[in-house]
Amino acid sequence: MSHIKVELKQEQVAKLKEICKSFDNEAGELINVLHKTQETFGYLPAEVQEVIARELNISVAKVYGVVTFYSFFTMIPKGKHPISICTGTACYVRGAEKVLDEFKRILDVKVGETSPDGKFSLSCLRCVGACGLAPVVSVGEKIYGRVSPDGVKDILKEYE
Amino acid sequence: METIKLTIDNKPVEVPAGTSVYQAAKNLGIDIPVLCYMNLHDLGIENKPAGCRICVVEVEGRRNLAPSCSTTCANGMVVKTHTTRVINARRTVMELILSDHPKDCLTCPKSGSCDLQNMAVKMGVRNIPGQAYAEMSTYKTDFSPSIIRDMDKCIMCRRCETMCNDFQTVGALSGVNRGFMAVVAPAFEQDLEKSPCTYCGQCVAVCPTGALTEVDHTPKVIRALADPTKTVLVQTAPAVRAALGEEFGLEPGTRVTGKMVAALRQIGFDFIFDTDFAADLTIMEEGTELLTRLGKHLSGDKTVKLPMLTSCCPGWVQFFEHNYSDMLDVPSTAKSPQQMFGAIAKSYFAEKLGKKREDLVVVSVMPCLAKKYECQRDEFKVDGNPDVDYSISTRELAHLIKEFNIGFNELADEDFDRPLGESTGAGVIFGATGGVIEAATRTAYELHTGKTLKNVEFTALRGMEGIRSATVDFDGLPINIGIAHGLGNARKLLDLVRTGKTNYHAIEIMACPGGCIGGGGQPLHHGDTSVLKARTKAIYSEDTNKVIRKSHENPYIIKLYEEFLGKPMSHKAHELLHTHYFDKSSKDIFI
Repeated sequence: MSHIKVELKQEQVAKLKEICKSFDNEAGELINVLHKTQETFGYLPAEVQEVIARELNISVAKVYGVVTFYSFFTMIPKGKHPISICTGTACYVRGAEKVLDEFKRILDVKVGETSPDGKFSLSCLRCVGACGLAPVVSVGEKIYGRVSPDGVKDILKEYE
Repeated sequence: METIKLTIDNKPVEVPAGTSVYQAAKNLGIDIPVLCYMNLHDLGIENKPAGCRICVVEVEGRRNLAPSCSTTCANGMVVKTHTTRVINARRTVMELILSDHPKDCLTCPKSGSCDLQNMAVKMGVRNIPGQAYAEMSTYKTDFSPSIIRDMDKCIMCRRCETMCNDFQTVGALSGVNRGFMAVVAPAFEQDLEKSPCTYCGQCVAVCPTGALTEVDHTPKVIRALADPTKTVLVQTAPAVRAALGEEFGLEPGTRVTGKMVAALRQIGFDFIFDTDFAADLTIMEEGTELLTRLGKHLSGDKTVKLPMLTSCCPGWVQFFEHNYSDMLDVPSTAKSPQQMFGAIAKSYFAEKLGKKREDLVVVSVMPCLAKKYECQRDEFKVDGNPDVDYSISTRELAHLIKEFNIGFNELADEDFDRPLGESTGAGVIFGATGGVIEAATRTAYELHTGKTLKNVEFTALRGMEGIRSATVDFDGLPINIGIAHGLGNARKLLDLVRTGKTNYHAIEIMACPGGCIGGGGQPLHHGDTSVLKARTKAIYSEDTNKVIRKSHENPYIIKLYEEFLGKPMSHKAHELLHTHYFDKSSKDIFI
């Protein structure tokens, strides 16, 4: 799997070590360590996984295994403006997939990916509790309701 | 001990508390099929992820079927292993596994010794529903110098992971991704070559399918044999003769040295030589190095490090280059017997034949997969020409013998050629854990004390215990010896050495369980570790049957030093028979 190369700064490594230490460097706390790390760094690049493996004294392969098993964990950084399309039942029946396809087409990324300029990332979620507004799209904190494929371009324009 | 009473298939059985239903059934002679489950009892390794669900049974009062490998017996349990429900479920599980497994059994390197294939035969699977439209998941094939990973054939039994992580503590492999994308792979799904893999081959030794196999060098060997411009030499490692017979239906532990030599001669090798000769040579160099280091150390030279570690196992060398790069000056600088043989064959022996080294092809038959990688290392080449051209495993030799239409079991015993085929009992025991250090002790003792050993057998150094220690009395000088086999055990011992709190003078380490007899290139033991013990016995009986049992008494070794090398650790010996190690710890970082 290809991944984005990052060079960890000294203080980032120190922060990582601190997170591991807060879980007593326990191998059994790997998932908690990964949660906390992703919360801090936004994602889990290979270099971060290596530091965690060393600190918890487990193999990098094992860390990578856990990262790739749970869909919550990601090795790809979120975009500056994370886009989420609700594909819950209500949104889905009102055409969420067509909206999603339009985002994919314009941004030229797949679900779970980030645009090369790092501006937008695309993901799906299930129900934001605003079914009356279906189909719903969120960009960062902002919610857009009754989105049609034609409206996608206008939404993206707001962030240019 | 608390016992549990239950009935399995209407038969009552009593077992110790904690026994699995699978084991209890086995005690009754009921053979519940298993795929992912593996129990290497003598090594303390049990793999039971309960992942494949082939071993399911019906337990009265339980809603769902229970995986017998990981279900513990309880008092009064009523177990049925072949109800219609069980048979249907087992068949469905098998069909689902096969639905995402390639159907190229005819050409698969594991064909004939594949657990999955055998299981399909046992269950009489005749068709796989949905095959016409089912889409198979595919994954890249990874070629390393020793091991091929064809993950399309992986059934996620996780046996390789257990060996790599729990037993060997190498940590090269882990289950990654999920669903159809799930495979066992190195970190970040890099190739094995970029991982901390040592090529020990223990993953290959336990893989139930063709997902993990060795790189097959027999076609190259056949091509070399057919080339009239080449003189082809073969060397055979000690552990091969103790296991090769198994591939021809002989009892484990049958020594087939003479038949093996005869077969190699029929195949058409020009010279049938013995790695045991090079093992004797290793002892001369390593034993002398030990005595030199010991002498300096005892006289207070702080620059000389002790203990000295053996260096004949390439899996082990790779392991310490990755994990103990701070201790690279601790192992002996002596090359492994395979490489010493190659170096001598392409210098001393080539000169004797009046041939150039390029005209010689040196083939080694090894119980090992790491040897394939070792002979490709750059430091073992002269102007790009390797000292050892091809290394084939015991399994590959068996294939070669079969391909050459040789009735192996009917062969009359033959002898190795001279001069590089003459060996002592000390060379033979290299194949078993503790053997190298025992061989070294036999020689070092006599060289150091000037006395003749009354009994050459140091039984304190033998055994199957993972880590062993013994003190040998060198005529008033106590020499503390450590032995570890299996890299997990090696790690424990090395971590102790690293603290500086041990008083070992010499340590022998072998990467594989039982030493080379349990190597990754040996006939598959299919989880039966009694096979390893039988091979060990064969090795020691071969030693007992030898007239000469000490390396320094091998007449051809003496001659080699007289004619060519001078003395052990001489300039020439250093050039040809010693090596250096590399810091590979940075290679673990995937950037």
